[in-house]
Amino acid sequence: MNRKDLLGLYDLSAEEIGEILDLGLTFKASLKRGEKQFSALCGKSVVILFYENSTRTRTSFELAAKYLGAETVNISVATSSVQKGETLIDTGKTLDAMKNDVIVIRHPMGGAPKLLAETVKAHVINGGDGIHEHPTQALLDMLTLKEHLGDIKGLKVAILGDIRHSRVAKSNLYGLKKLGAEVRLFAPKTLMPEGLEREGAVLCSSREEAVEGVDAVMGLRIQLERQKAGNFPSLGEYAKYYGVDEKVLSLAKKGALVLHPGPVNRGVELTSGVIDGAQSHIEDQVLSGLSVRMAVLSLLAGGSV
Amino acid sequence: MIFKNAQVVLKDGVVRADVTVENGKISAIGTAGEGDFIDCTGYTVFPGLIDMHVHLREPGFERKEDILSGSRAAVKGGFTQICCMPNTNPVVDNKVVVTYIKARAKEVGLCKVHPIGAITKGQKGEELSAIGGMKAAGIVALSEDGKSVADTKLMANAMLYASDFGLKCLCHCEDASLASGGVVNEGYNATVAGLKGSLRAAEDIIIARELCLAESLHLPVHICHVSTYSGVQLIREAKARGVKVTAETCPHYFTLTDDVIRTFDTNTKVNPPLREERDRLAIIEGLKDGTLDCIVTDHAPHHEDDKRVEYDLAAFGISGLETSFALSYTQLVKTGALTLSELAEKMSENPARILSLEGGELKVGAPADLTVVDLNQKWKVDPAEFVSKGKNTPFGGREVFGKVIYTVVDGDVKYSLAGGNKA
Repeated sequence: MNRKDLLGLYDLSAEEIGEILDLGLTFKASLKRGEKQFSALCGKSVVILFYENSTRTRTSFELAAKYLGAETVNISVATSSVQKGETLIDTGKTLDAMKNDVIVIRHPMGGAPKLLAETVKAHVINGGDGIHEHPTQALLDMLTLKEHLGDIKGLKVAILGDIRHSRVAKSNLYGLKKLGAEVRLFAPKTLMPEGLEREGAVLCSSREEAVEGVDAVMGLRIQLERQKAGNFPSLGEYAKYYGVDEKVLSLAKKGALVLHPGPVNRGVELTSGVIDGAQSHIEDQVLSGLSVRMAVLSLLAGGSV
Repeated sequence: MIFKNAQVVLKDGVVRADVTVENGKISAIGTAGEGDFIDCTGYTVFPGLIDMHVHLREPGFERKEDILSGSRAAVKGGFTQICCMPNTNPVVDNKVVVTYIKARAKEVGLCKVHPIGAITKGQKGEELSAIGGMKAAGIVALSEDGKSVADTKLMANAMLYASDFGLKCLCHCEDASLASGGVVNEGYNATVAGLKGSLRAAEDIIIARELCLAESLHLPVHICHVSTYSGVQLIREAKARGVKVTAETCPHYFTLTDDVIRTFDTNTKVNPPLREERDRLAIIEGLKDGTLDCIVTDHAPHHEDDKRVEYDLAAFGISGLETSFALSYTQLVKTGALTLSELAEKMSENPARILSLEGGELKVGAPADLTVVDLNQKWKVDPAEFVSKGKNTPFGGREVFGKVIYTVVDGDVKYSLAGGNKA
């Protein structure tokens, strides 16, 4: 992949996505065999710069870098200090001056990774920016689909939940469409942004319509503060009219995969029966995440794998 | 002084003539006799341009702009008169600040600077500012500038009280609760960029409110920087039924759409936000049919530090004084939407009429405020060449037509392309 940065899937070609997924699958197979010593990033350093709380994504990137032989440094900056602390550009310049090779950034504002990438010599990987994109999450979802269902072309995927605030939904939409899948979206009207049909999404008016006959069902985490902001009356009502339970899931193709970027609100976007059921691949997604992040790190910054 | 052999833009058309200036006034438009002259062959003389919506940042934010740099930018852009908004520090809410700005502008001595007073003390939306005192010190209008007065009763009182002093309210229209932190237009581009959007309705609701107040109170009102197709329509309908409303828009609203936000270039961040193509076309239509009376810049200069940050954190605003004329000429006259006389109406006559300023028309006896332009000169916008401290423009690299050659205020050449600024 001839690229300095991974900022989003919007700008990636199908070939580039395919390359990441193929290498990711190779890593995943190795990891399953218990092999986790690689040398692609030997002698390189990776800074994981997070302006938002996260455990799983941060840990996933950190272990991915370590398994590839890189030195890693974690920097957590409180979201509240984005406005009063050092500017992002100055932070980037400082890290560059320390000869750092890769920055993984998570930031509450859309476009922040691009601003950083334009400033620094280091490779920049977007670990989620505001409500813009979360490319590695979508890649891990696609890797999971590819591993279990084969070719992504022609698959039907339903994404349900807070689409408006979901960088995961958008990155998945862009990536899945590029690989030839059908993507259906369903959200309460208050949580559905304008215009995604222009990116090829099929906008559905009920969860049944969204899930009918699909190969995979993806639930999105609903933040409690969305209820306080008046987007829906209560979590109970959300679960009742917008959540996915076994009955809704039964409308999907037999054996359809259940995915969720985590952490899950049990009984809200998905019922426990769905989360813990046979179709759930939520735990498997974690290993996919590690694998795909290793692939991205290797392709951007690595020598030979 | 004779401005010889020019194309002269009069109210009812364009003529080839000499413009003679004596004692700071226009003494003749026709064929002049002997005397000192500036050869204007190939040039076009407009009535001195007036920008009724700029931010000069002084006092308080001199890092972004000051009265000297802002005045230089104004005359370079062809403006002979500008009206400056009150969001300084301290806010223009009392006569002391008004007096300071006027004194400093006089000392600078380039263009005429008319302060606008805040509607409420400190722009806090709680109590009326010292409207009478500010009028006595020389304000030409009232405005809450970058926000609306949220309390409708207070806004009604402001319009009523202001009218006792012959002042109008210039209304920035934004329902803050609906806009709720939006930084761009709500729509497809906001969705894909992952930036928080603000609905057209956030602007339209307050436009409608101000129109209702003007109608109920039988008072005039002026709507600032209209950006939505629906806002244009609200104003058109109000005018048709006799509401005394006037309105302005800015070059960026008839030149750009929110497609440009996708690069995260913070120079595209402006309030109200850039909208969509249907809005851009409606703004041009509104200028054509007279719904929109004037073109202003909303000149909002910022320091680089205020823009070289995340889009959400960047300051709103575009530095507009040095590109306004060329953008307007290129987008509106060269395309056939407006005639030269109509452009002069939008950029000089109507602002003068709305704010009861001298000037606005080339006629014998009027102040010799002239803007001399080479309409055929094509040039490329380069923010590095701005004399404004604010280099924040989304138009860098754009090719435009119409270069200001001379800016003349009360008969004095305050700017010439060849010689630069007089101060």
